[in-house]
Amino acid sequence: MFYREAGDFSSSYPEDTQTFPIKFDRYRYYAVLIFAFAVVPFVINDYWLNAIFLPFLIYAIAAIGLNILTGYCGQVSLGTGGFMAVGAYASYKFMTGLDIYMMGVDGEWVRYALPPINIFFSVILAGVVTAVVGVLFGLPSLRIKGFYLAVATLAAQFFLVWLFNKWEWAYNYSASGQINAPTREIFGVEITGPTTEAWATYLFCLVFVVGSAWLARNLTRGAMGRRWMAIRDMDIAAEIIGVNPLRAKLSAFAVSSFFVGISGALFFSVYLGAVEVGEAFGIQKSFLVLFMIIIGGLGSIFGSFAGAAFMVLLPVLLKNILVGTLGWPTDLAAHIEFIIVGALIVVFLIAEPHGLAQLWRLAKEKLRLWPFPY
Amino acid sequence: MKLKLATMALAGVMAAAPVMAELVFPSLSYRTGPYAANGIPFADGYADYFTLLNERDGGIGGVPIKMIECETGYNTEKGVECYESTKGEGALVYQPLSTGITYQLIPKATADGIPVHSMGYGRTSAKNGKVFSNIFNYPATYWDGASIAVKHIMDVEGGNIEGKKIALVYHNSAYGKEPIRTLEELAKKHGFELTLLPVDHPGQEQKSQWLQIRREKPDYVLMWGWGVMNQVAIQEAANIRFPMDKFIGIWWSGSENDVLPVGDGANGYKALALANPGGDYPVYDDLKAYVYDKGMAAGAGDQAGTVLYNRGMYAALLAAEAAAKAQELAGTPDITPAMMRDGMEALEITEARMTELGLPDFGPAFTVSCENHGGDGFGKVQQWNAATGKWELITDWIESDKDVITPLIMEDSAAYAAENNIEERCN
Repeated sequence: MFYREAGDFSSSYPEDTQTFPIKFDRYRYYAVLIFAFAVVPFVINDYWLNAIFLPFLIYAIAAIGLNILTGYCGQVSLGTGGFMAVGAYASYKFMTGLDIYMMGVDGEWVRYALPPINIFFSVILAGVVTAVVGVLFGLPSLRIKGFYLAVATLAAQFFLVWLFNKWEWAYNYSASGQINAPTREIFGVEITGPTTEAWATYLFCLVFVVGSAWLARNLTRGAMGRRWMAIRDMDIAAEIIGVNPLRAKLSAFAVSSFFVGISGALFFSVYLGAVEVGEAFGIQKSFLVLFMIIIGGLGSIFGSFAGAAFMVLLPVLLKNILVGTLGWPTDLAAHIEFIIVGALIVVFLIAEPHGLAQLWRLAKEKLRLWPFPY
Repeated sequence: MKLKLATMALAGVMAAAPVMAELVFPSLSYRTGPYAANGIPFADGYADYFTLLNERDGGIGGVPIKMIECETGYNTEKGVECYESTKGEGALVYQPLSTGITYQLIPKATADGIPVHSMGYGRTSAKNGKVFSNIFNYPATYWDGASIAVKHIMDVEGGNIEGKKIALVYHNSAYGKEPIRTLEELAKKHGFELTLLPVDHPGQEQKSQWLQIRREKPDYVLMWGWGVMNQVAIQEAANIRFPMDKFIGIWWSGSENDVLPVGDGANGYKALALANPGGDYPVYDDLKAYVYDKGMAAGAGDQAGTVLYNRGMYAALLAAEAAAKAQELAGTPDITPAMMRDGMEALEITEARMTELGLPDFGPAFTVSCENHGGDGFGKVQQWNAATGKWELITDWIESDKDVITPLIMEDSAAYAAENNIEERCN
């Protein structure tokens, strides 16, 4: 009744191929955007920002990135945490001034440094650097697939964490090996550092999320996305019909790592402000993002958001109910939380193996016929 | 989320109405996760001491204490959530209890005007109060610890350790890397040779490090470990028959949890002590009467008298003393975080006061000042006696080598100040 295409006529090709062909869907999408951009910034406070919105938005970007690689192109990756670390350290180097030491004429080491780059472009450049690293670690995908590729990307995860723990240049030779985001501004508004306003950091991340989702959605709808999906569904058949596996796989690694790198950069600079590679970007981060896309739905941009929301919001919600409202001891609540989240994941996946996105699709199908299903 | 909104709205209403004053002390504990075995006793000690004050004295200066516990699982992201959810309740001081969360809170809490007490951990150069206005790490810092350990070795060796080999087995993280700078300086000063052996989180795999120790035969091994890494290291040391009395851990590597699993093999293992071990103090009589016997002990109530329980209690005691000082300075029992900060900066712990509190000769006497947020840097050395199952103190208070540490602190804090455009205070 509410949700149907009847009476919604397209009179041109662009209208026919738009992302949201159903009017109700389109208005809902605009409503969400307007709410996110025009309402939330006015009501958001520090708690909502740091406990809910920032992790949700940042993990959503990481999930979109991994979804492109795993969901659309079918290449399993366990290196997400490592690639996020590349993004974080790259953005740190760019925002503090990328430096290089060269032997001068008198035999002394001389430090040459770029001026610090604006935080917005630092984040983008961090994504570009991660894309290059992603392509390097994607090379084995040309020879191996499935579990073997998962192991190769797992090696990337451990190698990158080791590298950023060892390589002093990456953390500007700080004694503790931690990187700290200094205060940086855009148009005079602080985006990183301790004294930021909630609305500013929220909007900054939101811009990246909307940009990433828009880009990813359109890439996956276009020729490139079709090539990825052809490789995913059957690589030999794809090769026979003219898809170049080298370019398709490596472009998936590049695009995926670009998004993951951006999320890593935001995770470090905007959300946490200080990170240590082993703790923030360990193997558990890779698994967390993988869980997000599996629960949300492989091969779906909406699924990336749903999965990120599920994994970020549910623990916080449970904690607030169990400890805040029911007054349980914190350790008991933490253990119960693990049990509930774990059980829900299992139940969800048994009930709907294709994730939350599929539930959403089914709901839409039902709504289309409602109230007169035939 | 609706629920949260509702509770927040309710909190808003309640904040508007006149409420009974309370002193809020958040406890960012970790009773779950990889370091839970060490997090539980600390959290219990912290909670029990505040319960004691509430039950026996009716709080601090007549104002009851409200302790909000929040589970971090030693995870920085959860720590952020805990910080944000408790700071609105008027939190007076944070004890982050993890190096990651401490680094996180140093700029944030400073901007919010809330003091942080990272007792014997965190960023060492926060000792320089001129730069770090809201961060306190008294009574001693990691660099003090490194120096105290080396001094102890010198005492044992009769004052000269020239040409000796000392290995540092450390947790490969910000925490474990902390003492390296100081040890390098000390190596230059005293002429010993330093070997660095990093162990990756969580530290269950240390075969190669101990193989290297067996091959290179260092005269002493120092350890900066935490959680399961301690137990594994002590077990490995016992396996290669490294002389245990030449193996010295930092104060976070010296609890019962670390040595008990190794059994007799751990006999003679040494660790530094921030405060005395054991439950043989008058304060325990009060704890028994007012807390344990009333069934109000935190957690399972089985941690009393352990090293980390004592440390948690000591942290609560120092916080309570600072709050009392703040009440005295501000002239009002109902203090704000800013007043609490002033109280911490004016804190003075004397031997007489510790005796009065039921803990004679328990921790060092020290004074905090605007310039010095790290106390005077005293520590003892304790040794494990496997037969009696007790830590025994084998030295008196040892003072750290300020000639080496002070310039390092100045250098590191100046770098932080330059990076963050901080102007020096206290001038």
